[in-house]
Amino acid sequence: MATQQAKVARVAVTEAAAALMRSLYEANGPLMFHQSGGCCDGSSPMCYLAGEFRTGASDVLLERLEVEGVAEPVSFWMGAEQFERWRHTHLTVDVVPGRGSGFSLEAPEGVRFLIRSRLLTDAEEEVLERRTLS
Amino acid sequence: MTRFAAPGQPDALMAYQARYDHWIGGEYAAPVGGGYFENPTPVTGQTFCEVARGTAADVERALDAAHAAAPAWGRTAPAQRAEVLNKIADRMEQHLSELALAESWENGKPIREALAADIPLAIDHFRYFAGAIRAQEGSLSEIDEDTVAYHFHEPLGVVGQIIPWNFPILMAVWKLAPALAAGNAVVLKPAEQTPVSVHYLMSLIADLLPPGVVNIVNGFGVEAGKPLASSARVAKIAFTGETTTGRLIMQYASENIKPVTLELGGKSPNIFFDDVSNLRDDFYDKALEGFTMFALNQGEVCTCPSRALIQRGHYEDFLADAIARTERIVQGHPLDTDTMVGAQASNDQLEKILSYLDIGQAEGAKVLIGGERVDLGGELTGGYYVQPTIFQGSNSMRIFQEEIFGPVVSVAQFDTYDDAIRIANDSLYGLGAGVWTRDARTAYRAGRAIQAGRVWTNCYHLYPAHAAFGGYKGSGIGRENHKMMLDHYQQTKNLLVSYSPKAMGFF
Repeated sequence: MATQQAKVARVAVTEAAAALMRSLYEANGPLMFHQSGGCCDGSSPMCYLAGEFRTGASDVLLERLEVEGVAEPVSFWMGAEQFERWRHTHLTVDVVPGRGSGFSLEAPEGVRFLIRSRLLTDAEEEVLERRTLS
Repeated sequence: MTRFAAPGQPDALMAYQARYDHWIGGEYAAPVGGGYFENPTPVTGQTFCEVARGTAADVERALDAAHAAAPAWGRTAPAQRAEVLNKIADRMEQHLSELALAESWENGKPIREALAADIPLAIDHFRYFAGAIRAQEGSLSEIDEDTVAYHFHEPLGVVGQIIPWNFPILMAVWKLAPALAAGNAVVLKPAEQTPVSVHYLMSLIADLLPPGVVNIVNGFGVEAGKPLASSARVAKIAFTGETTTGRLIMQYASENIKPVTLELGGKSPNIFFDDVSNLRDDFYDKALEGFTMFALNQGEVCTCPSRALIQRGHYEDFLADAIARTERIVQGHPLDTDTMVGAQASNDQLEKILSYLDIGQAEGAKVLIGGERVDLGGELTGGYYVQPTIFQGSNSMRIFQEEIFGPVVSVAQFDTYDDAIRIANDSLYGLGAGVWTRDARTAYRAGRAIQAGRVWTNCYHLYPAHAAFGGYKGSGIGRENHKMMLDHYQQTKNLLVSYSPKAMGFF
């Protein structure tokens, strides 16, 4: 894992995804993610320039991802209503070969970010539910 | 059983070009940036052509062409515009099989579906809007003896349209037909997953349209879609796709205060009341097909009935029959006319589905059938195929709440009518729903209680023109497939006319 090993977190990043974020960062600057719902290219994380996608009262910041080689943390956001349905799961940002989609930055590279999920353990949930990110 | 020859084979009905440039001003236009991207077919995973990688500069050129063409097209009499749309429909009908082959190869869907649904619906859509625009009237109101308000429908001018990959030709037509009928010129950006079947369509109908009325710019969303959505030179943006992108498009459009219509998907509940199983008759058989509709188009439909809610009384028996019906699904080569379920549209779509099969099981849902990727062997080994899958679980699980966009249905029980409605509405989305019952009152009340724009009642996956289609809640804004859509592509001009010669007395 490119991110912290011991710290409990909602979102993690695979090595492959971290490498892609590094190269996108070098080409574009600071990054952010927003998890999309809905059809077609939905149910997948969208990667944008930090600040490109406006977040507000209807969104939840799940994590500020510390990625080696990326100076600024990469914020990972999700719609608040959607988060209610996700909060019991842990998310790992991965990468697969693909066509890309929406306006996500990696599309022209022939790869696509993807979320792999697992259930949070009781211990993890306890820590995370007490934590608030602003 | 017939096997259609793949595009480009000696005996094939059509062939794709090796390379596609943009279509601007009635001719091909090479991308200003000089870049191209490869386009694979999901059937085998192999590249079959390359496509222009559009950028803001190409979008500008397309807008130039659209703005040049829009005034004359907007002034063209509705009857003449209707004639063009009808000729387009006729031309498509003459080449129905070729269009179906083109779409099937690019998207991976079975040609059986493209022949029976996609292309016939697209043809009819042009005919519907040809009729609708001729029958449209403005209005007038007599305000007082001396004052009359005249209301005219006027085209918006130039509109931008960004379409998805799940029904490449049909989605293009759902957008183009009303926009053109209403007198607008269009810049269309096809999905990068399915960039060329619309070019094949264009090659068949280009002579019927004035140059610049329809322009096609290909490319990636961030490079070509963003400049289009954020352009001050479009009077409106229409988008079908997912929620985050829809939100971003609204955001871009807001920079220029432009109207937006969006169709953003759903998690449609398919509700089977006990009385469905009162008899083993045609209707029972139809209800089983209704259940199996989750597999239509490989589940890559915004209205996929991906939640099946089965009432407790008939749960065991109906589900057993539904599983048996699902087992009869024929998955295979998309160009075989027996094939019902083909390939998912891309590798990343396949991976996403597999990740949901994963989390579904992790959350404790039970796989009743399917659950795995499938290798169909031979030339299809590199293609993107997954087994039709039935999960059993509860509505709070992520597989019940999120669009998996694959041939996957999640089944849950309900007790009472009120339970069914509560569970059906416990979703971020509200695009489609299905209600199956022999009781008219239940059918009506359920349909009115479900918070979805389209409630199929004793049917599913019908998309006739003249039936309004669109979402509640997180599923989007606006309605398609109905003459009300002309309103989305027009504005109202009020001529407020005074026939009095006298001053009012203010100044």
